[in-house]
Amino acid sequence: MAFRKTLLVSALTLSMGLAAGSALAEVKIGFLATLSGSGAALGQDMVDGFNLALEEHGGKLGGQDIVFLKEDDQLKPDVGVQAVQKFIEKDKVDLVAGVTFSNVMMAIAKPLADADMTFVGSNAGPAPLAANQCNPGFFFASWQNDGQAEVMGQFATDRKYKDVYMITPNYQSGRDQVKGFTRFYKGRISGEVYTQLGQQDYSAELLALQAANPSAVWVFLPGGMGVNFVKQYKQFGLMGRIPLLTVSTVDGSTLPALGEAALGAYAGTFWGPDFKNPVSESFVAAFEKKYGRIPSQYAAQAYDSALLIDSALKKTGGKTVDKKAFRDALRAADYASLRGSYKFNVNGFPIEDFYAFEVAKDAQGRVSLKTIAKPLTNHSDAYFEKCKY
Amino acid sequence: MDTSIAQAGPGRRFPAASWPVCLTVALFLLLALVPVYSALADSPYVLLQFSRILVFALAAVGLNLALGYGGLVSFGHAMYIGIGAYCVAVASHYGADSGVLHLVLVLAVTALVAAPVGLVALRTRGIAFIMITLALAQMFYFLAVGLKQYGGDEGLPIRQLSHFGALTGNHAALYLALLACLGGSLLLLRRVIASRFGLILRASSMDARRVRAVGTTPLGYQLLAYVLSAELCGLAGFFLANLTAFASPAYMAWTASGELIIMVLLGGAGTLVGPVVGAAGFLLLEDVLKGLTDHWMIVMGPVIVLIVLFLRNGLWGMMSHSREDH
Amino acid sequence: MSPQLLFMQALNGLQYGILLFLLAAGLTLVFGIMSFINLAHGALYMMGAYFAAAAFRHTDSFVLAILAGLAGAMLLGVVLDRCGFSRLYPRAHLDQVLATFGLMLFCNEAVRMIWGSAPIFMSLPDALSRTVIVLGTPYPLYRMLIIGVGLLVALGLYLLIERTRIGMLIRAGASNRGMVSALGVNIGWLNTFIFALGAGLAGLGGAMVGPILSVQPGMGDSILIMTLVVIVIGGIGSIRGAFLGALVVGLVDTLGRTVVPALLSQSLAQELASTLGAAISSLAVYVLMVIVLALKPEGLFPVKKR
Repeated sequence: MAFRKTLLVSALTLSMGLAAGSALAEVKIGFLATLSGSGAALGQDMVDGFNLALEEHGGKLGGQDIVFLKEDDQLKPDVGVQAVQKFIEKDKVDLVAGVTFSNVMMAIAKPLADADMTFVGSNAGPAPLAANQCNPGFFFASWQNDGQAEVMGQFATDRKYKDVYMITPNYQSGRDQVKGFTRFYKGRISGEVYTQLGQQDYSAELLALQAANPSAVWVFLPGGMGVNFVKQYKQFGLMGRIPLLTVSTVDGSTLPALGEAALGAYAGTFWGPDFKNPVSESFVAAFEKKYGRIPSQYAAQAYDSALLIDSALKKTGGKTVDKKAFRDALRAADYASLRGSYKFNVNGFPIEDFYAFEVAKDAQGRVSLKTIAKPLTNHSDAYFEKCKY
Repeated sequence: MDTSIAQAGPGRRFPAASWPVCLTVALFLLLALVPVYSALADSPYVLLQFSRILVFALAAVGLNLALGYGGLVSFGHAMYIGIGAYCVAVASHYGADSGVLHLVLVLAVTALVAAPVGLVALRTRGIAFIMITLALAQMFYFLAVGLKQYGGDEGLPIRQLSHFGALTGNHAALYLALLACLGGSLLLLRRVIASRFGLILRASSMDARRVRAVGTTPLGYQLLAYVLSAELCGLAGFFLANLTAFASPAYMAWTASGELIIMVLLGGAGTLVGPVVGAAGFLLLEDVLKGLTDHWMIVMGPVIVLIVLFLRNGLWGMMSHSREDH
Repeated sequence: MSPQLLFMQALNGLQYGILLFLLAAGLTLVFGIMSFINLAHGALYMMGAYFAAAAFRHTDSFVLAILAGLAGAMLLGVVLDRCGFSRLYPRAHLDQVLATFGLMLFCNEAVRMIWGSAPIFMSLPDALSRTVIVLGTPYPLYRMLIIGVGLLVALGLYLLIERTRIGMLIRAGASNRGMVSALGVNIGWLNTFIFALGAGLAGLGGAMVGPILSVQPGMGDSILIMTLVVIVIGGIGSIRGAFLGALVVGLVDTLGRTVVPALLSQSLAQELASTLGAAISSLAVYVLMVIVLALKPEGLFPVKKR
C-alpha cells in the first residue's frame, strides 16, 4: 500500500509540475500560518484578514492575479520548514507571507534566506531577526515582538504606578516581553512570576499576587492562558481594584470568550478596531459584515500586509522578477495603512506608533478595545542597531 | 513477526521467494529512485519531503525494537530525536561542525541519557512504564524550553551543518545516507531479532516471569534493547537537524512521541518493515489530506480508528501473511 | 510566606485536586474494570464544557448548563460504548490507545468545525461571582462551590461503590472480570453503565470549570496527562486511590508552583530564582510520580487482584 501511495503522489506531483509552468501574469504568494492545534484561532484570523483584502481587490493585488497558497505549520517548526521548502521548490512562489508563531519564524528564516526569498511577515517578529540575523528581503508589516510590552511599560510610567507585579509563562517570548516592559518602566518590580506554558489554573498565582498587593499587575498570557487568567482575576475580585496591564491577552480573539469579565483591563498594541481613519473603518465594517465578528489585530495585520504587497506591486508594475526593485518598493511602504502612517526601519521592522487601550463597550454595546492613549510615537525597536548587512 | 522462532537457528539464509522480502526489496528500490525522479522532474521538494519521511521511518524502526519486539511501550522516544538534533545544534553553536564529531556526540549522549532513563523506567511495567517514560520525556522537554542560551522554545538555528567535505548540505547525499542508515538498521535488527538476544527479548515481552524461571534476568536484555532503540532515534534526530537546519523542543513534545507510536502501530508493531510503511503512510496521508481541507484532522482521526479496528496487524502485517505466531 | 497564605494555597491545591478527582474517578474505573485505556476521556471533559456553554447561551440558566454538560457527556458515553467501543475492550492496550487517540483528534476537530478555533464564552451568574472571606483573605465563592460539589460526588461514589448492589458488581469486576460474567451478570450493560458513569463525571468536571477556564478545542489534552499521572500514583481501578492521589497531585503541583519559587527567591538572585522555580514547579508532579512508582510500582492504593 505504501508504494501505491508513493505512485499516486508522484503522479500528482508530476502533473502539477507540468501545469504550473503555464501561468504568466500572476503573482504567487505562499502564506504560512498555524491552522490546526492550539494556535489555530490566530492563524485563521490572519487568513481571513488577507482573504478579505484579496476579495476587496477582486482577487488581484497591484493589478496582478494573485495565486494564494496556504499552508498549515501545525505550530511545529519542522513542518513549517517543509512547507516553506514546498513554497520555494515546488510551488515556485514569488513571495512568502504570514507566519503566526515565533518559533516557526526562527526555523524558516534560514531556508528563506538561502533561497533569497522575499518575505512579508504578518505577525511573528522575533528579536534575533531584528538584530544580527536581519535580512534585506524580510519585511514585517506587524511589529517587533517587544513593542507591545514596551508601550505598556511606557503607559505604566506615564500613569506613575509605584510598583508592578509581572506574570508571564516560562518561555522565550515571555522573557522577551518582560525585558521589553522593563526597558520603559522605571519603577519597582514587586514580583516576577513565571508560570507554566499552557497552564490553566492561576488561583495560586492570584493568591500570591493578592498578598503582595501591588499598584498594578502586568501579564503576557496569549491565547487560552489569557482567557483563563482574566476570568479568574475577575472572580478573585481583583478587576477594578488593581489595574491589569496586558500584552496579547485581551484582543479580538479572546474578548468574545471573556465578555464583560474583561471590562477595565488595559492592553497595548499598534492598532485597535475603533481607529478613526478611513482605511481602518472600512476594514472593520467589511470584516464584520463578512465574518460576523469584530476583527482582531491579527486579521488587521494580515489585511495590512496584503495592502503593503499591493502597493509594492503597483510600484513595480506587477513584476517581482527584479528582486531588488520589488524589495525597494516594499520598503517604501507607500500606501495608506490602517494604523495611520509608518516607515520601515533598516532591519525591515516598522517605525510606528503604539497605543494603550482599555477594554470597554463600544457604540453597539459589544465588549471591545477603546483607544485611550498613545504612549509611544514613531517607535523603533531596540534591536535595529545590531542589524548590519 | 515475519521471522518466526523456528527459523531463528544459526546459519540459515533468508527464504528467497517469500513475499515480505520481495516487497521490502521493491520498497527500497522505489525509495532509492526518489533522488533520480527529483532530478529528472526538477522537483527538489519531493526529495525533501521523502527525506523527512525517512527520518521518521528510522525513528519508528528504532521505537519498534523496544515497543514491537520488547513489549516496552515508551511514550517518550521523541526525546531522543530531540537530543540527537540538539547535539548537532549545540556543537555547531560552539563552532564545532565536523560531521564525524556530530555523529559520535549524538551516539554518545543518547546512550548516556538512555541508560539511566531505561534503568529507572524498567523497574515498572504496563501503564506505569508508559507514564514514567512520558514523565521523563516531559522533563527533558521542559529543560530544553528553559535553556534560553540555546534558544529555549524558539529553537536553535544551525548555522553550520554537519561537515562531510564536499557533501555538506547536499540534499541528495543526505537522502541516500538516510536510506543507507535505514537499510542498515533493518539488516542489523533482523540479525538481532533472530539471535539469542532477540529470542530472550521477545520472550520477556510475552512473559517475563517464565524467563526468570529458566534462570535468565530480562532486565539486561530489555535495557540493551531500549538503549539501542534510543540510539536509532538519536540518529534520526541527527538527520532531522541537518534536514531542517534547526533544533527545537517541539521535536520532543509528548505529542511527537504519540505520533511515533501511531506510525509503528499503523505499519505493524513487531514486524520488521512495518514501521517504515507506517511512517510513510502516516506522513503521506497527512500531506494529502492537508492539501484537501483545513479540517484534515477530522478525517485522520477516524482513519486511524478504522485501521486499528480492522487491520489487526497494521498495514504491513496485513500484507505479509507468512506469520504463525499471531 | 505567611502560614495564612500557605493555608490558602493548600486550599487551592485541594480545589485543583478535586477537579482532577472528577476526571480520574471515571478513568480509573474504566481502566480498572474493563481494562480499557481511554485517551478520549479528555475529549469527554471538553464536550461537557462545550455542552454546558451552549446550554448557558440558550437558556441563561447556570444550573441547566451544568446538567446539560453532565447529561450530554453521559449520553455521549453510552453512544460510544454501544457503537464500537465495546469491540475495543478485549483488544490489546496499544490498540485501545491508538483508537481512542484517533477519537480524540476527531473530537477536537469536530468541536473546531462547529464552534470555531477561538475560545467560547461561558460565565458565572452574578450570585456566584462573589468572593468570601476565608482566614481574612478574599477567595472566590465559586471555587468553594467546586470543592463542595467534588466532595459530594466523592461521597456519592463511595456510597454507590460500597453500599449498593451495582457497586458490589463494580468492585467484583475490578477484582475478577471473568468470574463476574461467569456468575451470570450481564457484563455488557455493566460496562455501559460504568463507561457512562465515567463519561458523566468527566463531563461534570468540564461543565464546572467552564466558567473559570477557557473553553476551547484541545482543552482536555493537558488535563488528560495530569489525570493519567493521578491514576498511576493512586493505583489503577481504585476510587480511593484516585481521590487521595488527586489530592496529593493537586497539593504538590500548587505548592510546587508557589512555595518553591518563594523559598528560592529568599536565597538566590531574582532572575535565577524565578527560572529555577518555574523549572522545578513544572517538574514537581512528574518527579513525584517517578518516586512513587520507584517505591510502589502498583500505586499508593492498588486494588487487590485475585
